[in-house]
Amino acid sequence: MNDTAAALTAQSYKSSYKPIWCPGCGDYSVLSSITRALAMIAVPPEQVVVVSGIGCSSRMPAYTSCYGFHGVHGRALAAATGLKVARPELTVLVTGGDGDGYSIGGNHFLHACRRNVDLTYIVMDNHVYGMTKGQPSPTTEPDWDSKLSPGGTGVRSFHPLVIALASGANFVARAFSGDPNGTADIIAQAIRHPGFSFIEVLSPCVTFRPEQRDWKKQVHPAPVAATDDPARAARRIMTDDGFNLGVLYAGNRRPYPTEGRKALRTPSELEAEFEL
Amino acid sequence: MSPRTTRKPTKRASAATRITPRTLTELMAQALAMENEAAQRYADLADAMEAHNNREVAKLFRKMATIEGKHASQIMTEMGWKDAPPLPKIAWDDFEAPETAPVDEVHYLMQPYHALEIALANEKRAERFFARLVRVATVESVRKAARELLAEEREHVALVAAWMKKVPRPKKDWSHDPDPPSYTD
Repeated sequence: MNDTAAALTAQSYKSSYKPIWCPGCGDYSVLSSITRALAMIAVPPEQVVVVSGIGCSSRMPAYTSCYGFHGVHGRALAAATGLKVARPELTVLVTGGDGDGYSIGGNHFLHACRRNVDLTYIVMDNHVYGMTKGQPSPTTEPDWDSKLSPGGTGVRSFHPLVIALASGANFVARAFSGDPNGTADIIAQAIRHPGFSFIEVLSPCVTFRPEQRDWKKQVHPAPVAATDDPARAARRIMTDDGFNLGVLYAGNRRPYPTEGRKALRTPSELEAEFEL
Repeated sequence: MSPRTTRKPTKRASAATRITPRTLTELMAQALAMENEAAQRYADLADAMEAHNNREVAKLFRKMATIEGKHASQIMTEMGWKDAPPLPKIAWDDFEAPETAPVDEVHYLMQPYHALEIALANEKRAERFFARLVRVATVESVRKAARELLAEEREHVALVAAWMKKVPRPKKDWSHDPDPPSYTD
């Protein structure tokens, strides 16, 4: 670690913008975990890019001092993939929520896992569309009764962890926003792990799902260490109670090759390519 | 909905994960981390309250952040440290340090009394933390320092309790918002 890296603290990755979320939202803690994880890795802020889509959790890039791209709904992974392929030397984090990532961006999610580009995807899952006033999302329980979904949707919930695994993600983990230190550890491991890393962070929405405050009583550490066997990991993930925390799968798939690709072109070279 | 002032232990908390400091340096490193984490959380909560124009509570949280920050500086000075020493991987019984305010126990319409309830619960957890160390520490220098820290935390509990008597108790309908953000209540 050089002198500059040694001086980096979580504060070094925070911007001067104060977060605007509902007081009590889990996303505050996830922001704190991201900045702590980056300090653990000691990668300078100017070598990190945080890419997001739309939603409460997608406000994340503005609150860090890293480079950021607040993209369009569901397309964060597409933008991040392009960025990482063009600039493989950068550390690219992607942040978003369950609506952005699994519904509007569901197809990008599958293919980002499949391509296995070296990205870290952090999804703050609160089982609801919070920004748009509480509609059910893909991970909402089928019997969640609300004024906007009387009697519940009756639709089976999406299972992001097992879908990530089946689609080829090389690192699959579950974290809890109420455990900012544990979440920071997992994010740091995910960044260091080659290939596409996916972290589902259970992040309560205290406004539309106040009952999620009880998650802190339900979460528990995964009883066994991470496996590199996808079949075993799939069985564990499919049969757990949804509150197992930790790294559940750390695979050995070769990431999509980005290093050694054509060197970055100058703006004038790029301009020439697009000349009509 | 009301801010909750108790934090029940999670399943993570168990005797097996508790680490009792073996040296004075380890104990003071834990105490320093407690104060720093508490200060940071109060500052974050103050920011959140400012964003929601709850200036009175923001001011109170900001004041708590300053107080906890001073406690941290005191420890640094007393120990002659320039940088915080490293902490063992699991240093707490719960997910966070005992004096850290839980992030989910605040509300945009909360009042100073609620903020002080949270502060009181934090101080009481810190008190229990050091009381346990006084009981279980096997090294005399650690036990002695833990006893001093326990006395300080007891003082803080008394101060916050006295402070609470000076602010009005919230009315029953304090969280009523005529134009609520939620349609699902």
